[in-house]
Amino acid sequence: MSQDTSHINALENEAIYIFREVAAQFERPVLLFSGGKDSITLVRLAQKAFWPAKIPFPLMHIDTGHNFPETIEFRDRLVEELGLELIVRNVQDSIDQGKVKEESGRYSSRNSLQTTTLLDAIEEFKFDACVGGARRDEEKARAKERIFSVRDDFGQWDERNQRPELFDMLNGQIELGQNVRVFPISNWTELDVWSYIKEEEIEIPSIYFAHKRKVFLRDGLIWSHSDYVYQEDDEEVLERMVRFRTVGDMSCTAAVFSDATDIESVVEEIRDSSISERGARIDDKRSEAAMEKRKQQGYF
Amino acid sequence: MDVLKIATAGSVDDGKSTLIGRILYDTKSLTSDKLEAIEKTSKSKGYDYLDFSLATDGLVAEREQGITIDVAHIYFSTAKKSYIIADTPGHVEYTRNMVTGASTSQAAIILIDARKGVIEQTNRHFFINNLLRIKDVVVAINKMDLVDYSEETYNAIKADFQELMAKRDYQDQKITFIPVSALKGDNVVNKTDKTPWYTGPTLLEHFEALDRKDIFNVGTPRFPVQYVIRPKTEDFHDFRGFAGKVYGGELSVGDEVVALPSQTKSKIKEIYFHDKKYQTASRRSSVTITLEDEINISRGDMLVKVDEMPTIEKQFTATISWMDSNKLTTGKKYVVQHGVNKVLAKVDNIHHKINPDYSGIDTDVDGLGMNDIAQVTFKLNKPIFYDKFKDHRTNGSFILIDTQTNSTVGAGFIS
Repeated sequence: MSQDTSHINALENEAIYIFREVAAQFERPVLLFSGGKDSITLVRLAQKAFWPAKIPFPLMHIDTGHNFPETIEFRDRLVEELGLELIVRNVQDSIDQGKVKEESGRYSSRNSLQTTTLLDAIEEFKFDACVGGARRDEEKARAKERIFSVRDDFGQWDERNQRPELFDMLNGQIELGQNVRVFPISNWTELDVWSYIKEEEIEIPSIYFAHKRKVFLRDGLIWSHSDYVYQEDDEEVLERMVRFRTVGDMSCTAAVFSDATDIESVVEEIRDSSISERGARIDDKRSEAAMEKRKQQGYF
Repeated sequence: MDVLKIATAGSVDDGKSTLIGRILYDTKSLTSDKLEAIEKTSKSKGYDYLDFSLATDGLVAEREQGITIDVAHIYFSTAKKSYIIADTPGHVEYTRNMVTGASTSQAAIILIDARKGVIEQTNRHFFINNLLRIKDVVVAINKMDLVDYSEETYNAIKADFQELMAKRDYQDQKITFIPVSALKGDNVVNKTDKTPWYTGPTLLEHFEALDRKDIFNVGTPRFPVQYVIRPKTEDFHDFRGFAGKVYGGELSVGDEVVALPSQTKSKIKEIYFHDKKYQTASRRSSVTITLEDEINISRGDMLVKVDEMPTIEKQFTATISWMDSNKLTTGKKYVVQHGVNKVLAKVDNIHHKINPDYSGIDTDVDGLGMNDIAQVTFKLNKPIFYDKFKDHRTNGSFILIDTQTNSTVGAGFIS
């Protein structure tokens, strides 16, 4: 038996506390799972929060159909190994139903279309709490997000009218039709997440590590060469050692040149890195206020 | 200690955002793309210096107004510690944000413009940090470059502030004065040769040197039960674990405990963090506790040591920080969320308002408006188990929830 629990990271204690509040305060919570490192970290924290019981809520993936295949394989394996319930809802269905229109052209992406599919799924399953892996250090608009963030019937975020959060107390009281977005790793930085993955030996999809990939360069970013990504004829395909720092769609996630093939060298690289994580997110580059606008409309 | 959260306060033009931007810049926490964005925007605004305030101002509306209006969180780390800065606005109407930011912080910075000295705003910032019982406060006297780094000016402001300190309720609060220039980077992260008369630490050096004992008050252990874990699997058929966070002190295997409100006694059998057993649950750790005896415990109940009982009462008087545009009036009902426990409360008596600038109290009160601070007595529909806020920061605080809107409308500190 070990002596005491003082070595446990304050951030881990906080995240576990938040997960337990979710299970206690809500009827139908769900963990939004993207297959990215942040949501994989959430799964580990949820396991710890409820052990020896199973995680008392399902996972849900809003699948754009443009994911890296490595991510999907990883998702299915994780769910099976841990015996979790997984719900998948597809952006393609929203497109087929005529609810959203596929973007076209040079910067087309299905990223913003996810919102409609997500809101429909929340309504379908009557979820009252959606747990996500967003972090406040990712982007300026996210720096003001609460841990429990109330959304109205339309999934909208009113940043002017947020509930104050005092001490550890989380107020999850809502009306029927409203739901709460919950962010247990709000206070973690990118380096905190990577260090945790390393310490806990958490398995993550292979695209986070340096690998050879066909890419092309545009606007100073490294884009994946793929059927899902629009590419001009004069944009030359190169084969390079790259890795991804975030895993969104192939159409909105840029790679970085890297030789970091294992977790130790990735953590080292993040420590020394001078480019922020979202600097490689093509969707944020659209405008300075891009994230805030998407959030007001219900984007996660 | 791994994480230190610091609340910042300052008036609109004190240069708070510039100070935070400066800290980020000098600790090399600004990434190249962020720095590039700051350079670009500074240039397009026609500044001949880097406008670091752009590193922290979050939302579009704020960027347009050029002032911060809510609590924003900024992250950086050194080899020693991870830091979270809760950037809260300084103007009069945002007392609620300052209280919110301070409630989760262990240290605070109060900024004073060296040209203006101690102003009414300074009183308010100090009052709130003192009310929230933040143990370590730095008074950063900023814009020293604009007063020729004058020792006399610095000493005069320090003397004025010390007069204010005599009026404070929480006398043990540690206060450190530092002369800085956020714009020039003097005494923020790096020492400057411009203030040879100042021999103390820089702002960052001060925080780097803080230890657990410098920022946490030791109290009695309280274990509010968040959630009961009953796996009902073959391997853990009879497992009944009480999940929660330990506040104020430690709990160990073998401790004799009382479950509240039932007042049933038992002993701690096991302490788990995830699947590992521990002898002692340290303060602020999220553990799962099992007991020797099978007793009925549910969410909102509390485990305490037998000889360390809290107050168990159906009423209390507290200092309230009101945060809603709808008034709090006598007779109104609210939900009191005390930790993870919720009870219905009725406003019994509003004794007086407290002016948060140390100018006294106001006894002629018909209700509380946004940003008011007052002494209020509540009657509850069932007893809660509390400590005084001055003895226990967690078990002595609560929030008020509006029964109609479900919003968090106030915070309270039990007297």
